[in-house]
Amino acid sequence: MGWRAPALSVLLFLLFVGVWHAATLPTAAERTVDAEYAKLVGAAAATGQKSSFPAPADVAGKIWTHLKEPFYDKGPNDKGIGIQLAYSLARVLAGYLLAALVAIPIGFLIGMSPLVYRALDPFIQVLKPISPLAWMPLALFTLKDSGVSAVFVIFICSLWPMLINTAFGVAAVRREWLNVAKTLEVGPLRKAFRVILPAAAPTIMTGMRISIGIAWLVIVADEMLVGGTGIGYFVWNEWNNLSITNILTAILAIGLVGMVLDLMLARLTRLVTFPE
Amino acid sequence: MSAFNDPYDPNVKLSPGCSCGHHATQAAHEADPVVSSTDSDLLAERAVESAVMRALFPRDAARRGFLRAVGAGTALAAVAALFPMGAAKEAFAQGTGRIEKTKLKVGFIPITCATPIIMAHPMGFYAKHGLDVEVVKTAGWAVIRVKTLNKEYDAAHMLSPMPLAITLGAGAQPIPYTMPAVENINGQAITLAIKHKDRRDPKSWKGFKFAVPFDYSMHNYLLRYYVAEYGLDPDRDIQIRVVPPPEMVANLRADNIDGFLAPDPVNQRAVYDGVGFIHILSKDIWEGHPCCAFAASREFVTEMPNTYRALLKAIIDATAYARKPGNRKEIAAAIAPANYLNQPVTVVEQVLTGTFADGLGNVKKVPDRIDFDPFPWHSFAMWILTQMKRWGQIKGEVNYARVAQEVYLATDAAKLMKEVGFAPPASTSKKFTVMKKEFDPAKPEAYLASFAIKRTA
Repeated sequence: MGWRAPALSVLLFLLFVGVWHAATLPTAAERTVDAEYAKLVGAAAATGQKSSFPAPADVAGKIWTHLKEPFYDKGPNDKGIGIQLAYSLARVLAGYLLAALVAIPIGFLIGMSPLVYRALDPFIQVLKPISPLAWMPLALFTLKDSGVSAVFVIFICSLWPMLINTAFGVAAVRREWLNVAKTLEVGPLRKAFRVILPAAAPTIMTGMRISIGIAWLVIVADEMLVGGTGIGYFVWNEWNNLSITNILTAILAIGLVGMVLDLMLARLTRLVTFPE
Repeated sequence: MSAFNDPYDPNVKLSPGCSCGHHATQAAHEADPVVSSTDSDLLAERAVESAVMRALFPRDAARRGFLRAVGAGTALAAVAALFPMGAAKEAFAQGTGRIEKTKLKVGFIPITCATPIIMAHPMGFYAKHGLDVEVVKTAGWAVIRVKTLNKEYDAAHMLSPMPLAITLGAGAQPIPYTMPAVENINGQAITLAIKHKDRRDPKSWKGFKFAVPFDYSMHNYLLRYYVAEYGLDPDRDIQIRVVPPPEMVANLRADNIDGFLAPDPVNQRAVYDGVGFIHILSKDIWEGHPCCAFAASREFVTEMPNTYRALLKAIIDATAYARKPGNRKEIAAAIAPANYLNQPVTVVEQVLTGTFADGLGNVKKVPDRIDFDPFPWHSFAMWILTQMKRWGQIKGEVNYARVAQEVYLATDAAKLMKEVGFAPPASTSKKFTVMKKEFDPAKPEAYLASFAIKRTA
């Protein structure tokens, strides 16, 4: 079993690349235009076709060029993919940490009081499903700074899962533990930090893990809108150039970074979970 | 040109009303020593005096009444006491004042219309005029509008109708905006999907879906004008949607749209990728139409006059350089890399040199496919305003001449054009023809009324 799953993964990958390769094999076509015209247009247009999807070898070559030089800086609008990812990560972390700072204490308070929980619930339910990008025009209008607006969008999308999970985790702490704390006459602060927090920690961490996933999903669209820097801008800029190879490279990078972020949060969750 | 009329003459109206557009009579126009003067200092002085008097007396009748009552000499002294006229004139005339801010951010959209703004960076025109400008690529017109209004950009590449729309508050809150220079004339085209190569007659376009880059764009007005001349109602017979230029080729490829009226290099890129063909160049709709513009808030212009002047001079200088056909290949190579347009060099070169593949197997040679001319004609602004009104973007009474003068800073452009060795035109308004129909800037309402298809009540 130990080696069979990875072997199957590799096999599936090879199959995928094989099908992709076969599907993008260049079709032999006669050039239908004269030489002068052919020089002015792309190779596909010269044979009377539309430009085609790149083959896996082209994408691999492009990934290699990016890996060779991930941190080049050729001016404000052209930076290496490593720098772009760093910009995106910085935005995501800024918005995410701010959201954690706000959501966890508030979620804690909401969870402790059933009354507040139920009073705030309708607001949270309405605000939660709003696509974070719908906030963008409002943010640009009121915050008057595209960089801050981009972080705000990340903030607002990371907020709700953490808030709801924290409130839920705190509210769902087992009655008997609270009763034990009461009989031992534990002070409220001590109760919060020594009883409720450890008990709710796994649920809170799950909320944080959901949030980081959403934040990383949203950053691409976010940066496509505000532009300038970041992996979303990179995708937009290469779309501008209809460069599918570069876009595929970026997609792969986005997936890998997202996976690493998720793994890190999963590790942290395991650290705060204890067997009952 | 009203800015050069004697503002101390009670018989002169500062608002336009003559044959050149702005004198009481043709005789008054020719008799005015300043109008016929070529001395730029005298012209500049007169422009400042006019501006001050206009500011003091927004209602022209009040100014004239005042002058009749006290006489020009007394008025001059009285105004001078209130307002340091000498200092104002000096500040305007001073060419070498200290630049208030040397580090600037200028936003642009990656299209060839922005050529002067972009090339001024790699080719050193900003540095030549003492500025350290960062040119920042921006995702779309709405974002450029927000970023300039938020002062993240000091100035920006805009579509020439946008400063008018912003000033009038159409689609945004009204903010006094200025357009000191046009960037390019011509340089757009209608591109259709390859599958429509046998449907070249616009009358057969019913039900087509077209894309334009922005609501307040020459593209939108030209496309509407073009199809309306062929009897199609642009709001009912075809669909026009706003698509950012970079996404147009992808949408055309995916069959989401049938065509677009777009800035280059988008049209040429569609040909390069075998997705579309160039149906008509925009110069064949209106020869010499403005497209994109260099725009800044009025606040920037008044608070940092020296910076503004240096920036505008760099742009005009770059525009002059771009105008020469011999320089076009060099410019194409400078602006094609990923930092600027991010396009294959050959695509940009075909746009700028005018020797291009049309998508149907022909190589065409149209050297003035795109040209660069900084002069912001007031009549351009007036035409745009007639179209904004025609399609219901602005409603009610429009003081065409006044809005045009306030937003399109023709006087400044003329003065700076002279300083960098460009010959500015003698007037700020001219007649022109759009699809064989003449536009007379003296009669915008009559022009508007002459259209069969329009959205005005």
